[in-house]
Amino acid sequence: MSTRVFGLSVPLLIAAGVGGVVLIGIPLVTDTFTTFEFANVAIYVIALMGLNLLTGYSGQISLGNGAFMAVGGYTTALITHHLGISYWLTIPLAGVVAGVFGFLFGFPALRLSGIYLALATFALALAVPPIIDIDKLEFFFLGHSGVSLHPAHPPAFLSLSDEQWLYYVAWAIAGVMFVLAWNIIRSSTGRAFMAIRDSETAATASGVSLSYYKTLAFGISAAYSGVAGSLLAIIVAYVNPDVFSLQLSLNLLVGVVIGGLGFEFGPVLGGLFIIWLPYLAQRVSTIHMGSFQLPSKPDIFFGILLVLIIFFAPSGTMGLIMRGVGTYRARRAAARGEAPISMPAVGLLEEESTGGEPTEIKN
Amino acid sequence: MELVGNPGIDFLQQVVSGIASGGVYASVALALVLIYRAMDVANFAQGEMAMFSTFIAYTLITSFHLSFFIVFPLTIAISFAGGVLIERVMIRPFEGKSVITLVIVTLALFDLTNGMAGLIWSYILKSFPSPFSASPVSFGGIFIGIQDLGVLAVCLVILAIVYVFFTFTKLGLAMRAAALYPESSKLVGVRVSWMLALGWGLASAVGASAGMMVAPITFLDPYFMQPILLFAFAAAVLGGIESPLGAVVGGLTVGVLLALVGTYLPSGQNLRLPFALVIIVAVLLIRPAGLIGRAAVRRV
Repeated sequence: MSTRVFGLSVPLLIAAGVGGVVLIGIPLVTDTFTTFEFANVAIYVIALMGLNLLTGYSGQISLGNGAFMAVGGYTTALITHHLGISYWLTIPLAGVVAGVFGFLFGFPALRLSGIYLALATFALALAVPPIIDIDKLEFFFLGHSGVSLHPAHPPAFLSLSDEQWLYYVAWAIAGVMFVLAWNIIRSSTGRAFMAIRDSETAATASGVSLSYYKTLAFGISAAYSGVAGSLLAIIVAYVNPDVFSLQLSLNLLVGVVIGGLGFEFGPVLGGLFIIWLPYLAQRVSTIHMGSFQLPSKPDIFFGILLVLIIFFAPSGTMGLIMRGVGTYRARRAAARGEAPISMPAVGLLEEESTGGEPTEIKN
Repeated sequence: MELVGNPGIDFLQQVVSGIASGGVYASVALALVLIYRAMDVANFAQGEMAMFSTFIAYTLITSFHLSFFIVFPLTIAISFAGGVLIERVMIRPFEGKSVITLVIVTLALFDLTNGMAGLIWSYILKSFPSPFSASPVSFGGIFIGIQDLGVLAVCLVILAIVYVFFTFTKLGLAMRAAALYPESSKLVGVRVSWMLALGWGLASAVGASAGMMVAPITFLDPYFMQPILLFAFAAAVLGGIESPLGAVVGGLTVGVLLALVGTYLPSGQNLRLPFALVIIVAVLLIRPAGLIGRAAVRRV
């Protein structure tokens, strides 16, 4: 039970190994379309990891991470367009620029919590696209017609198709970002985030600097979004203001909730849902409903799924899985006559609001 | 219009048309405040609910060939019932949950209403008939659109009705009591949970009236209320998100400011949404209670 390799438990390592084989195998056995869509999954996984660190771990809600993706996407698109630099080099830069942007936005956000933070980030999501669209700045942002990038090709020594190459690059970056997030969560920074999420008062009393860690969470989250936005620009080879609409920010929130807030693997499941659910729903509806056509916009599926999740599984898909794992372990322990291991699987969204938090007096 | 030559009159005209749009923002802001007071959460689906109501009105007018003057009260009644229903089905199970949960529930409602509207009415832009004439009338050299005057008048009447309802009726008093002192209200026999449902119905009805007023100007598609929702948020925050009077003052102020930004700043039309963000962040940083709201006392 307690055998650990590199500090990780054996079942986790086996799961990681199987996951790795599946990830490497997907582009080798599927068609171009599927490979491309799975590359898009990687983009969402990165963006969702950023949102998960912010909302799932530090407890600050953001409805505006799509705006940070816009900063990253446009950093890459504009640098390659204006300076002709290879866009692979722009990915870390996009992360840094978006991170700084998020850190700066985090300052006013510091004084806002709960509903006001949701409001301010909602406004951010709606405010960024029209700024990119300003006609006087068209010489720089290239306006509504957007920026086209040269399609990415694999290096000559690799016999991969464009889609396979993009897929592997996207997932390699997602893997690096995942390990980074995994380590952040287990560092003192991650513990400070969680302390703030669980009770700001208690965190302050324990010497956690609210202002430092809250802005840091915003910065890290925005940096993840920036990398995701940059990859999006490269993979689609095109950006325009409409790509980074309010709906993108809302989809990110849907994804992180469906995956499971506050679980490391939540974003992976969330990314799969965001990309594949609309497609599958469309397939099912065309097979079973004949001439009745569902809309090509996925909003309604996300709405329905979000309602179902929040009613029946507030800790998301990962919450369901962890609950299953917990039940299995408890049964096994009971069969061996050991004391059952307690699994605190209470999700962020299952908590009552009146649990030791400050009460507001209104008059 | 023809009077572009005179900057003073031009300015006044912008102010007047800003006040008219401000009436719409004030109505939506009031709807937001009604729900915020009752349950401490901003309803992010408020705009989409109003959008859906406006589409219902659109169908009643175009498919059933009813007059606007029948459709307007009818849609408001339907929206009221819809708002109550939404609260009973979707919001009630989450009463007392954390802010994050409630925000996510309203966002689910946002996606659902938007997606359903797209499914039923498609994403193609539609024109919505206006009950008011488009021609302007002159007041001492300033031309004011009858449309603007009509929109403002309807919004003010709706706001007045809401005010009278909350101030002079027993039910209004019960709703205010339920919002401020839920526990004490329960003890004196107010059905607090139902008051919340009524609040949602009322907010939905007020939002519907705003939607029908603004649709002839902006045209109708499933996204048409999103910018207006943001302007209404700015209005509510500026006035003080707890204060109905603040919503009205904030709405009119934001309306005028946005009209001026849209006209006088370079690329002003694109700066309207960013300006709303600036208002929200600035107010929350400088005076979080807003112009009229009182600062909340916090017991730790």
